[in-house]
This record gives sequence, C-alpha cells and structure tokens, in this order.
Amino acid sequence: MKLIFEKSIPGRHTDFLPALDVPEVSEDFARRIEPLRLPELSEVQIDRHYTELAGRTRGVNGGFYPLGSCTMKYNPALNERVASLPGFTDIHPLQDDADVQGCLEVMKKTEEYLAEITGMDAVSLQPAAGAHGEFTGLLLIRAYHRSRGDEGRTKIIVPDSAHGTNPASAVMAGFEVVNIPSDAQGYVDLAALKAAVGPDTAGLMLTNPNTVGLFDPNIEEITRIVHEAGGLNYYDGANLNAVMGIVRPGDMGFDVVHVNLHKTFSTPHGGGGPGSGPSGCKAFLAPFLPGLRVTDEDGTLHSGKADNSIGDMRSFRGNFLVIVKALAYILSIGREGVKETAENAVLNANYMMRRLSDVFDMAYDSTCMHEFVMTLERLKDETGVSALDFAKALTDCGIHPPTMYFPLIVHEALMVEPTETEPKETLDAAVEIFRKVMEEAYEKPEEMHLKPLTTVIRRPDEVKAARKPVVRYDYPGSV
Amino acid sequence: MGIYVPNTPEEQLAMLHACGFSDFDELFSGIPDGLRLDKALNIPEGSSELEVRRAVEALAGKNHVYRTVLRGAGSYRHYIPAIVSEIVSKEEFRTAYTPYQAEISQGVLQSIFEFQTEICELTGMAAANASVYDGATAAAEAAQMCRERKRTQVLVSATVDPKILSVIRTYASGTGSEILTVPEKDGVTDEEALRGMLGEGSACFILQQPNFFGNFEEADRLGEITHAAGAKFVMSVNPIALALMKTPGECSADVAVGEGEPLGLPMGFGGPYLGFMAADEKMMRKLPGRIVGETEDLDGKRCYVLTLQAREQHIRREKAGSNICSNEALCALTAAVYLAAMGPQGLRQAAESSMAKAHYLKERLAEAGLKPAYERPFFHEFVTECGDEETAVKIEKALAREDILGGLRLGNGRVLWCATEMNTREELDKAVSIVREVCAS
Repeated sequence: MKLIFEKSIPGRHTDFLPALDVPEVSEDFARRIEPLRLPELSEVQIDRHYTELAGRTRGVNGGFYPLGSCTMKYNPALNERVASLPGFTDIHPLQDDADVQGCLEVMKKTEEYLAEITGMDAVSLQPAAGAHGEFTGLLLIRAYHRSRGDEGRTKIIVPDSAHGTNPASAVMAGFEVVNIPSDAQGYVDLAALKAAVGPDTAGLMLTNPNTVGLFDPNIEEITRIVHEAGGLNYYDGANLNAVMGIVRPGDMGFDVVHVNLHKTFSTPHGGGGPGSGPSGCKAFLAPFLPGLRVTDEDGTLHSGKADNSIGDMRSFRGNFLVIVKALAYILSIGREGVKETAENAVLNANYMMRRLSDVFDMAYDSTCMHEFVMTLERLKDETGVSALDFAKALTDCGIHPPTMYFPLIVHEALMVEPTETEPKETLDAAVEIFRKVMEEAYEKPEEMHLKPLTTVIRRPDEVKAARKPVVRYDYPGSV
Repeated sequence: MGIYVPNTPEEQLAMLHACGFSDFDELFSGIPDGLRLDKALNIPEGSSELEVRRAVEALAGKNHVYRTVLRGAGSYRHYIPAIVSEIVSKEEFRTAYTPYQAEISQGVLQSIFEFQTEICELTGMAAANASVYDGATAAAEAAQMCRERKRTQVLVSATVDPKILSVIRTYASGTGSEILTVPEKDGVTDEEALRGMLGEGSACFILQQPNFFGNFEEADRLGEITHAAGAKFVMSVNPIALALMKTPGECSADVAVGEGEPLGLPMGFGGPYLGFMAADEKMMRKLPGRIVGETEDLDGKRCYVLTLQAREQHIRREKAGSNICSNEALCALTAAVYLAAMGPQGLRQAAESSMAKAHYLKERLAEAGLKPAYERPFFHEFVTECGDEETAVKIEKALAREDILGGLRLGNGRVLWCATEMNTREELDKAVSIVREVCAS
C-alpha cells in the first residue's frame, strides 16, 4: 500500500484554525531554509489511509494473542472512557495542588492499591514503562548503599534466564552485571548464587514466576542469601499477573519492585506504548523515590519531593492517563477480582499446556504459572521446521504467534500466555489449531518455510533492512 | 463486580479437573504455604461499571479545567483536530503489541515509518526513532548517545527547561557523566562562557530552541563553537516552532530531540507524552529504542520491519546503549495523524498564530504594567517581571477567579507566559485588564 506521502497532492488541506484576530508579527529570528514537507490530504483521505493501516494491524480484540511474557489481556472499554474525561485530559501538569485534588487522589489511591498488592510500603508512578521502572528501582538501590557510605557495592546479580532489560538497566544505573546460571528447572542455582554474593553485591534482580513461567520455590532462601550478603532484592513485576492476590513480592523478601500497568493492570499496549512502570519499595527506600510524592494533610492532598530523592525520571508525574485506566481496572475487579484474575491466568495456561502436552515437548515438566514454554527442537531436528516457521504458520490461522526464542535458555522456544480474559472455547480452538499445524509440519515441512500465505505481506527480508537501512521516505528528487 | 474473567465457576472447576487439580489451592501448591497470603488484600471490593464510572467521574470533577490557559513551560494546549482522537482510538492500534510479527503488524510499522519521516522533515535530520518516553528522557538519552570513552562531560545551557535538566542529571548519575551548566546571559546562553567551558572532555552541549524562557537562541553559532571543541551538538526543539525556525539539521546539530506533546496530545496532567529523537547519518546507529525500516517481502513487495535491533537490550543485554523497550507508539501515531491533518500549511498557521498571540499578549501586558524581562526575538512564551513575588501571586489569583490559568511563576516576581492559537483576542484582552487592575492597585 502507498505511504501517506505518496497520496499527497499539493494544496489539499482542511481548515482547522480560524483567521488571526491579532496583528501578524515579523520577528527577526533564523527561519527554516528548506520548505516544510508534510502530507497534504483531505480529511477523508487521511481517515481512509489510517483505516487501511488499522486493517493491517492485529490487536487483542481481533483475536487470540497468546504472546508470552506480554500479558495481552483484554483492555476494558470503561477504562478508555474514563481516561478521556476532560477533567483529566485538559489539566495542565503545573496547576496548583488545590486545582488538581482529583488527579492527586487518582495517584494516591493507585499508589496505595499497588503497594498493597505488591506488599510494598510506597510507590512512585513516575516511571513510564517497565524498563524505566527497573532503572528507577536500581537507582534506589544505589542511593541506599551510598547513603550508608557502602560505596563498594557495585554489582547486580542477574540470572541468565532474565529478560534483556534487567542487565541493560543495571548498566544504565552504573552497576556491573554478574550473570548466574539457572538449574534444569529454570530455577536460580543456589550454589551459583552463594558463590556470586559478597561485599560487592548491590542486589539481585529476579522475576518470580521466572521467565520460563515457573514459581521458584526457593525464593525465601534466595532473598535471604542476598540480604545476608548485604544486598537488596529487586522484583521484576513482568509476571505479576500470575500471583497477585496469592503471594506478594514484599512477603517473598523483595525490597524494590516495578509493575507493568500495561500488562497486569489491563491498560492497552498501544502498538508499543504508552505503558507505565510504577516503582514500589519498602519504607526504608521511600526517602529516595523520584518525582513528586503525594501526601494527605487533613483531607487535602499536597505534593512535594522526597527527602533524599534520586531526582526525576521524566518530566511531570508519569503517564497519568494510563494510571487513570489502571485505577478504573483495580476498582472494577476489586480485592476478590485481583486473586481471581491470577487464578484464571494460571488455570488457562495449565489447561492449554495440558491439552498440548501429548504432541508438544514442554520445556519444563511441571505445573506452570501464567505461561508455559514449549521447545520445538525435536520438530526442527526431524523436519527442519523451526519455531519461527511454526509461529508464522499460526498467523495464517488467525492466532497471534506466541513469543519466539524466549527465554534464551530454551532452544526453539515458543512461550504461550493465554491470560485470564480468554474463554475456554478460545483455548480449545487454539489447541486444535496448534495440533493441526504440528501435523502439517510433519506432512509438508518444506511448505512451512513459506508461511504465512494469507497475510498482507509475506516474510520480510530483515537482513536487507538492517544492512542498508532505509528509515524514512525519500521525496522524489531529494538526494 | 466488573471482573473480566469469562469462564463461569463451573467451567473453571471442569478445567481444573481436566488438569488433575481439585481446586485452585492445589493449582498453586508449588508456592510454599508459608508465603501465600492468608488474608484478603486491603483494597476495595469490586464494583459494577456504573459505580466505577461514577467514582472516577467524581475524581475528574475535583479538578479545575481552566477555560483559558496562559501557561506552557513544557506542556502546551494546542487545538487537536477531531479526526486525531477518532483515528487513535481504533482498537487495532490501541490494543496491538510491539510489532515484532511484521506480517500482521504492517499497519503499526508503516505508521511509525511515516512518523519517523515526519520527524526527519521537521528537524532536518537523517533518521529518527519510533519515540521515547518524553522530551526530557529524549534529551537524557541523547546525552548518553554522545558519550565517548574520553568525553564524558555533558554541558547543558542554563536556559534549558529545569525539568529536562533534572532528568538529564538523574540519567547521568548512573553512568557518572559530569553535568555542567552553561550560564545564561540576558535570557539566552552565554556564548563566551560556553567557549570557555568546552574542552577535550566534553561529550556534548545541549541547547533548547526556543529556550525555556521562550527566546530564540543563536543556535548556529553555538553549534559552531561546540563543534570547534570536538563535542556533539544536541538541540531540544519545540515541534510546532519547527514549522518556522531554522531546523536542527540546518544548524548542524548531531542529535535533535524534543517533546511531542504539542503534536495532538492532550495536556493530561503530564502524560502520556512522547519524546522524539532524530540524528544525522553518523549517529543513527546510536539512537536508542525501536526503529522501523523499509525492506521487501519474499515476493519483492515493499514492507516494513523493526530494524537495527542489534543495538537493543533484548539482543545486547548489558552491552545495550539503553534499556528502553516500550516507547510511546500510540502517542507517535497521534503525532503522525496530527501532522497529516494539519499539513504544512496548518502547522505553519498554528505556529504563526501562537507566536502572534504571544507577542500581542506581551505588548498588552507591558502596557498594563508588567515589564518584559527580555527584549529579544521569542516564539510563544516570554517572561515578565513585576518586582516582587507577592504581586505575581496576586495576579495569578485574580486571573484564576476569572477562570484563567496565568503564567508559571518562576520566583522573584518573574512569570513565564504562554499563548497559543487556542487563545482568542478577547480572552487575552480580558487577562490583560485583570492584570492591569492588580498592577494599578
């Protein structure tokens, strides 16, 4: 399909603004030399262009989206409605506290609920995404050690099964990364952990359930080992949907967490953001939290900086309108719903895993949490059909593929996370499709390399894209 | 109770049995007993949609929406064409994940490719990424991009928005980059001071255009001075002003960043916004975050994919330049639709109108007794002085009584005002008459 620039006709436009009602100005400043080139289209053309683009995009409402580690649950309509209220959208972020008591209450309530769900004492809503929350939490850890004059704690321990953001965040926060192996079950190797900790340990970053979808039963010992060495424990909340209302990071021995509102708390992913990655911590770390803190003084809410704040992670207070959606979600499902959500997320995953396990090799042979990992290594060895081929074949069947090649420690991995918002019949239908594609892979393996066949494009040449990158449209005649 | 679990309790039980569990307790038996919560969470019970709607509407009702807004300072109220929110609310765009599966994500990918092109056109740069969290984090990421082994100092003009400076400091605290503030002189960067501060350890100089006080800086010359010392030149720019002013590309900037909120996003109490980042050819591979590139599919058909992923955290892990994964894709789409709707003519009109209204306001306020702090070219923000903070507070309160959000108080009686195409002459005249009364009393 054409790019919007290729549909542009000089002179086409819609008038959105009135004529000037004050004198024109002729200010003396350096003006742009190159004329500004932007699309010139009528409104109907713009609408059709984006309607066509929407048709070439798969959203959660369009069908089953079992993308492991991404928690692609349904995004409730109510949340969108309340987040678009003018009483939120038309508020300037630098209005006086007295003018924005409602916004501050949204933040205060959300902070309190998230603290309760994670077992923390304080939460900052400023981080704009999960990775941003990780960076924030690690800066808290660093600030804490420094505040005690404990300058030698320079290392963060990360299991090899961790998401790539964990080590990347640790480096951004000025730490050195120590990778430790996982055992055959994907659990933290306790011997390796014990060998890794020491006076230079600043902390450990962990996801539990871990990135293979298993709850590490040694969690209390793990966090104790780190604490005894003088380090702090960081909980990556990527997989909180599996356990909320059932077990809390704060009770497992974690000192700092981040949660992903765009996963666990139902706010939409938006094709890659905006998300929100609040940071929570135990009371002893609260004085280091970033941004403005909301406090209640006799029923009036005020904002102010924490005493030893690490600073600001971004402008203003966070992705506020995303926070409104998460609050509406928590108020809707409530305390019973939080637990029921986790229970059904785990049930749906186990149900699917069970129904697939006679045909597919599961990477781990135990009860999973909210997601499970299959390995297609055998299929690859016997037929040459890879996890990628298999994933692409699923797109032809109306299913968004599971996460591929993650976690890195499982070969030919496909990670399936159905989420709690999928009804049983969707899971049953998906199981039939997975099985059918498996049969097809054995019957006509060579055809699998060509899939998908029904999508608007076939497989793209990614090597070409990276070798000589074309990252913008070049207007005809431009060099 | 608005729970979004479709399966009935009977279905859930049947599924549990199918998996060999008698109940949920058994399903979670892998979690050690002592760890499991033995009490209900201390949060409210679930509520029906109507109840939640009422509760959240009541919260929105506790905020004051001003009819007239004369405050900017990093968040700007511009007109958002109706088509923008209509398109952005399409469920496919709203609920999709990051477009890793290119075959079923061409819509998102193409829209980001178009966004990148528009940012390149606005800034005059060679390449742009798919966005970062906001303008401040974009500036902080730019500082990291420019860091070299022996060049770790980041020079930031004192005329940069203090909120941006604060974020640059936070980001730099991790890697240990030294942040130096280049002093201000008469509302713009002190050129001589910059020249004296640049050295062999300087990684970059960050300039805001127009600056925090609304003034246009001599960006070309500051860029030349920066480059002469071997450092990189980073410009943080207002995207609406780019319809009129010399682009970062034309000022030989190495990296251009900015806050995309003015491009069709509501003020929203500060977010979500989007940070845009663009670079020249040489710096392209140092851009953080996602980038969409053009390629061909098996049939030779033009298509789009996420590219240059070898820079990113999921491949490079601890060796990645940044940890960013989620960006602000839907906000980038918003900006792209806004720019397509406004077109070159509409964007120029928004810029010229904002500028004209601000100039009108400044002149009328001066007549009313509010002295301008600077007499130099400016865009749509300017600073006034009234001698003491007490008067500034009085002005703010008097305006608020008439439903006008006055300028931002900077301390010592200095106020930063902003006007955009949203402000009518009538509104501005009314604000001026209120200020006149306060100044005369």
